[in-house]
Amino acid sequence: MTAAPGLRGRHDAGRGRAPEGGPNPEEAAADKKRGRIGQLLVLPGFTFLLLFFAAPVVVLLAMSLYTKAPGAEIGQFEPALQFSNYAVVLREYWDVLVRSFAFALAATLAALLIGYPMAYLVAVRLRAHRLLQGILLVLLIAPFFSSFILRTQAWKQILADEGPVVGVLRALAVLPEDGRLTATAFAVVCGLTYNFLPFMTLPIYASLERLDTRLLEASGDLYASPMRTFRQVTLPLSMPGVFAGTLLTFIPASGDYVNAALLGNNRDTTMIGQVIDSRFFRVVDYPGAAALSFILMVAILVLVMAYIRRFGARNLF
Amino acid sequence: MALQAEEAVRNGTAEGHGLVLAGVTKRFADFTAVDDLSLTVPAGSFFALLGPSGCGKTTTLRMVAGLEQPTSGTIGIGGRDVTALPPYRRQVNTVFQSYALFPHMSVLDNVAFGLKQRRVRDARAQAKAALAMVELEHLGARKPAQLSGGQQQRVALARALVNRPAVLLLDEPLGALDMKLRRQMQVELKAIQTEVGLTFIHVTHDQEEAMTMADTVAVMNQGRVEQMGPPRQLYELPRTAFVANFLGRSNLMRGRVAEDLGQGLGVDVAGTRVVLPKARATEHHGSVVVGVRPEKVRIQRMDAPFTATANQLAGTVVDASFTGVSTEYLVDIPGVGLMGTFSQNLGQDPASPGEKVRLLWEPDYSFGLAGGEDTGAGGVRP
Repeated sequence: MTAAPGLRGRHDAGRGRAPEGGPNPEEAAADKKRGRIGQLLVLPGFTFLLLFFAAPVVVLLAMSLYTKAPGAEIGQFEPALQFSNYAVVLREYWDVLVRSFAFALAATLAALLIGYPMAYLVAVRLRAHRLLQGILLVLLIAPFFSSFILRTQAWKQILADEGPVVGVLRALAVLPEDGRLTATAFAVVCGLTYNFLPFMTLPIYASLERLDTRLLEASGDLYASPMRTFRQVTLPLSMPGVFAGTLLTFIPASGDYVNAALLGNNRDTTMIGQVIDSRFFRVVDYPGAAALSFILMVAILVLVMAYIRRFGARNLF
Repeated sequence: MALQAEEAVRNGTAEGHGLVLAGVTKRFADFTAVDDLSLTVPAGSFFALLGPSGCGKTTTLRMVAGLEQPTSGTIGIGGRDVTALPPYRRQVNTVFQSYALFPHMSVLDNVAFGLKQRRVRDARAQAKAALAMVELEHLGARKPAQLSGGQQQRVALARALVNRPAVLLLDEPLGALDMKLRRQMQVELKAIQTEVGLTFIHVTHDQEEAMTMADTVAVMNQGRVEQMGPPRQLYELPRTAFVANFLGRSNLMRGRVAEDLGQGLGVDVAGTRVVLPKARATEHHGSVVVGVRPEKVRIQRMDAPFTATANQLAGTVVDASFTGVSTEYLVDIPGVGLMGTFSQNLGQDPASPGEKVRLLWEPDYSFGLAGGEDTGAGGVRP
């Protein structure tokens, strides 16, 4: 209750109205108290991040600079500042890194093309049909109830040489007689798209759900055809969802290794996640794996920052 | 006033084109919103659709805009059948009740929107001029959310007007404004309409708003037009109990025609003879409802002198409320019920509750409705 006057004061200031009179001491005290409560509430999250994010990153960074001890056994390294680790892995895996981002980008675009119409259907077209809307939303999330690996394994069956998809594509001569889909880049992108589709669809759904359909009527009333209405009203107003969805799809897809491992081959579909995995657990090259992890992290950060600068915050929120 | 509009068309001063609805019906799953509605709105006129919520006035407006398809009937604008045209192909613009301004565009872009869709060359310049007309040219760069309700309303108006539509539709455009701003906007709207000479169709449930602004008012009830005409005519000579009660207030008395007086009818109301001009009565035989507006009724003490030619009823004052300019009375007439009246404050001693009084009015002020009318229809609103 004591916070109430302070709250109102802040609200007014936010609206650009000058608060009446100067700051009164009661309000200042309330502000201070709220400040302390805020700090207290942030503490658990902060501690968690410190322990399980910041500390590992520091360890990772340190490890990426380790060097092999002379005459040591496999997996034995000693602390050092071996910056050449980065140059070595970058030279060796540059192609894989580029391919990972290309796959992630393709999957993000595919998920956007599939997810946006789905979200639009459920959020706008079916707005009057609450029950149907609910059922479709559950179906949208339903894949999450089964295992990620299992679902990806299922795609192997769907795209198998004897499977229906390949059969139909061969019959239509889209694929040559001996053409296949498993163990191709296409299969990997399919798997990525499928697995990250909900991350794309749900944020778009959330922003379309808030779309005021009266604005669409107003647009039609002002001589805009349905296509133009979509381009000028619906799409811009759902951009926050598109923005969040593309980030939520692109970032995990770039580092994914399950789809490439299960649906790809060992030659031209390898993704950076697979390389890091095998560096750590098979080759036991901890510094190399750590350096790659760090490169991946920084690369994603740079790409995302560029994306945000181009399309982000300023215009959208 | 309708004459003025017609004249405007003849002289070519009216830019708007007329609107014609013919037998328009709109049925939803479980009810009929608009029932066989036919009306003609002359070009350049300010036309009000007045009615309580759910009377079908907004549905009618949405059908004219093309946002709703009529179940049957045709809609013509400027002599052209537009029934099958989608909204974006109609020369019609709407000022929505919610304003429906695009939140992601600046005020200027909002106003220029319609012009840009039609690829008008100097869209921005025209939009600026429209903003200037509603005195908001200095706020063009702002987003709608940064404006007050009244300013948003004016942006919505400018956004519609700038397109110079054949018909401008206003869906309770002043509903969200406070009383003072509302009055101000009523005056401004009327002035703008006169200035641009477009056909305005104004939907409202506020009878005062409809009467002050419109040339022609159509009172709607349950999907039908009860009565249509210039505000003054509707007020002075309502044809149904609904109109009599919804547009202003009325005293309605049940009676039976007892005598034909040539020009008038002698009606027996609770044992008292009341005279009603034939020209102002819808029925000339049998049971009728006699009505008179409260301000036409004078109140007198029983001992005061009175003219014998006036209609008169005697009763007891039930309630007297002093409002400054006048005193409003509720008088109980035996066999009739409560009648309302007020008397201007000329310094006289007001009658007090319990006092016996005489209510008088000139026979020419009476109007006659069909005996089957529900005297409570369109009843006293809180």
